[in-house]
Amino acid sequence: MCGQQALRKMKRVDPMNKLSSVILLTGLMALSACANTGAGRFGLGGGGAGTDAGLVGAGVGDPNSPAYFSQTVGDRVLFAVDQATVGAEARQVLAAQAQWLNTNPEYTAVIQGHADEQGTREYNLALGARRAAAAREYLVSQGVLASRLRTVTFGKERPIEICSQEACYAKNRRAVTVIAAGAGV
Amino acid sequence: MTLFRAVFLALLSVLLPILPTQATAQTNGPLRIEITEGVIEPLPFAVPGFTAESGAAAKFAADISRVIASDLEGTGLFREIPSSAFIEQNTAFGNTLSYSNWKPINAQAVVTGAVSADAAGKLVVKFRVFDVFSEAQLGEGLQFGGTTNSWRRMAHKVADAVYSRITGEDGYFDSRVVYVSETGPKNDRKKRLAVMDYDGANIQFLTDSSSIVLAPRFSPSGDRVLYTSYETGFPRIYLLDVGTVQRRGLDASADSMSFAPRFAPDGQTVVFSRSEGGNSDIYTLALSSGRQTRLTSGPHIETAPSYSPNGSQIVFESDRSGTPQIYVMSATGGESRRISFGEGRYGTPVWSPRGDLIAFTKQNKGRFHIGVMRTDGSEERLLTASFLDEGPTWSPNGRVVMFTRETQGAGGAPALYSVDISGRNLRRVPIQGSASDPAWSPLLK
Repeated sequence: MCGQQALRKMKRVDPMNKLSSVILLTGLMALSACANTGAGRFGLGGGGAGTDAGLVGAGVGDPNSPAYFSQTVGDRVLFAVDQATVGAEARQVLAAQAQWLNTNPEYTAVIQGHADEQGTREYNLALGARRAAAAREYLVSQGVLASRLRTVTFGKERPIEICSQEACYAKNRRAVTVIAAGAGV
Repeated sequence: MTLFRAVFLALLSVLLPILPTQATAQTNGPLRIEITEGVIEPLPFAVPGFTAESGAAAKFAADISRVIASDLEGTGLFREIPSSAFIEQNTAFGNTLSYSNWKPINAQAVVTGAVSADAAGKLVVKFRVFDVFSEAQLGEGLQFGGTTNSWRRMAHKVADAVYSRITGEDGYFDSRVVYVSETGPKNDRKKRLAVMDYDGANIQFLTDSSSIVLAPRFSPSGDRVLYTSYETGFPRIYLLDVGTVQRRGLDASADSMSFAPRFAPDGQTVVFSRSEGGNSDIYTLALSSGRQTRLTSGPHIETAPSYSPNGSQIVFESDRSGTPQIYVMSATGGESRRISFGEGRYGTPVWSPRGDLIAFTKQNKGRFHIGVMRTDGSEERLLTASFLDEGPTWSPNGRVVMFTRETQGAGGAPALYSVDISGRNLRRVPIQGSASDPAWSPLLK
């Protein structure tokens, strides 16, 4: 049987992809997760995008669960065009993220920086790196140990919204904090 | 015949103001008139089916003549006269041509050839080029030998020789393009490296699609490829041997990400962008030792570096002025100077193999363009415009750029296009499926 403890040791949690399916499939995930434990590594941050077999949904109701983090605390902050400045709204989200991370020290996190499709591939990779770093800096300023936080840029490679309008672009210009197990580096 | 060549050079020189002045010496000729009117009239040519010297050669002879014609026609500088218009239906391969059969259909150049194939798989292609209105052979007859499974390469070599004799410049047909093959929806793209002939034939995959791969670049000798992969979950640069498909990671630094790699002309040094703490700078890496040298510093984005062909300078993109613009610095770093001053944002600069131009991506008023400018930033010319054009790569002779064009919206997908540096002859590279990030090889040996 896989209980809460086992789930906590899952190697990665990536609610960024398919948020709704996390909610719907919580039970299923908990089962499939049993076959997939591998503790102590940093999450790979969705390099394989959308195919996170190790996705854990340990109950949104549990305030110490990664699912609670992604859905209730809020795992992402948004940015203005070309900017990596953490605005007032983003600061609120990040402060709550920091609080969660500070009360759940057994988790580490990878912060993904993303850009919209308006821009070259190379520039967007650099811009995504800048956004992820800005979110990380804010978390560190709120007391989260820097050694628990890594960053990765996806540039424009992993949009969540696919229309070519500002409504979609706004949601794609984001930094997503992806919770992973492990005590940090 | 020199008149033939000179007329053609005159055509090129009008397209390209940067061409050396000897090209403008020609003052008369039928094509010249078209040019002053601002209309390019492609040079009419004919490729009668090559003669098969054995039964086994029949299919190769037919296919090779088709590829030669397609290469030439694809440049936009030539127009093929269809065989249905021929007066002479069977043209023997010999050291002369019945010019009177070609003048009435206005064939200015005729390429004849013969192909033999033996049981051991050896293929020999012979060809001649004739200047019909001068009633003379253009250059000597030439032959290429190879194996039957390299028949397309041999056709490209013939076409390169024809192109070269008529324009006075090197060709670009016997070359390959490495690119990223894409499948799947926009929010879950699968990407894998692939290599093909410049015209979209002979596709081979170099990686699987288990991790995101980006922006492959050929080595100066065409045998290796640099690219960016997420196989560790983080973007890092890799070196891949095209023959063995063996790869190795070049940058193992735990706390940084690396991307946008490109070879120096020496083939031993890699220039790339490395991001640490959110700040991207340009570094070089010696392939023999793995030693890295930082070339830029400061809190700005510095990325997309590309060497000048003599290796002395690097052109790159930086947002130090507030928006992404193009800068040039010494290959050892230090002071850099901005060269892009037009309206909009500039990125992905690439130095031409001839050294005379820099191709770039420009974003302005919601549109993307591929453009070229001189290396001091003057004489900017935009070659394309669309919802999203990016990432130019030069043909080996510096006359054509290939790039990625992505369509708009939820169903948007990328494809490869080419355009010549006059902005003419925009073409989609005919491959199945989606593709991005092309990089052109040098001419094969």
